[in-house]
Amino acid sequence: MSYTLLSVVGVAGALLLDLVLLGTRLVRRRSFWTAYAIVLVFQLLTNGWLTGRDIVTYDDGAILGARLAFAPVEDLLFGFSLVLQTLSWWEWWGGRAALAEP
Amino acid sequence: MRHLAYLAVLALCLLGTLPLEVWLGVRVYRRPRRLLLTLLPVVAVFYLWDVYAIAADHWTFDPAQTVGLVLPGGVPVEELLFFVVVPTCAVLAFEAVRRVKGWR
Repeated sequence: MSYTLLSVVGVAGALLLDLVLLGTRLVRRRSFWTAYAIVLVFQLLTNGWLTGRDIVTYDDGAILGARLAFAPVEDLLFGFSLVLQTLSWWEWWGGRAALAEP
Repeated sequence: MRHLAYLAVLALCLLGTLPLEVWLGVRVYRRPRRLLLTLLPVVAVFYLWDVYAIAADHWTFDPAQTVGLVLPGGVPVEELLFFVVVPTCAVLAFEAVRRVKGWR
């Protein structure tokens, strides 16, 4: 599987986790999108560092070829999946803790 | 110093978000159990993705700009740390937005 396809699967999996499996529905909250926008700015900076300095290099055959701040656009999907999965679990565990309170 | 190039950016992420915990009081590091339970499945999923991507040559790492400690599956230790640091920073940002804006 190419990185392109895997990154789309990664986003789909994260949406499934958020909307169905854990039911946290973060993608319907402005708190999530505001936080994601902030993280995205820093992702572009750190990703630019990692790819601009060739700390990480990508196989041209595994990506579409479009780049943003040195990094392949697939990294945006990778990053979105990482952030959404993380915040979905964080929210889910927080909800369980609230339920456990007397 | 060049071998610290990847590690340095992760350290900056942690340092840069530390004020959110210390001064804004978002209470992320002060809920270590919840943070750990959040990180475990995320690290597992993205570590496996990394192992696959490295095996399939989707991406490669510059040995001169990493510390040289390579984990099972050919994963540089910086990658494992990335999957801990970046999610932690995302949680800090999320809690900061909720605290400042009063949104749920």
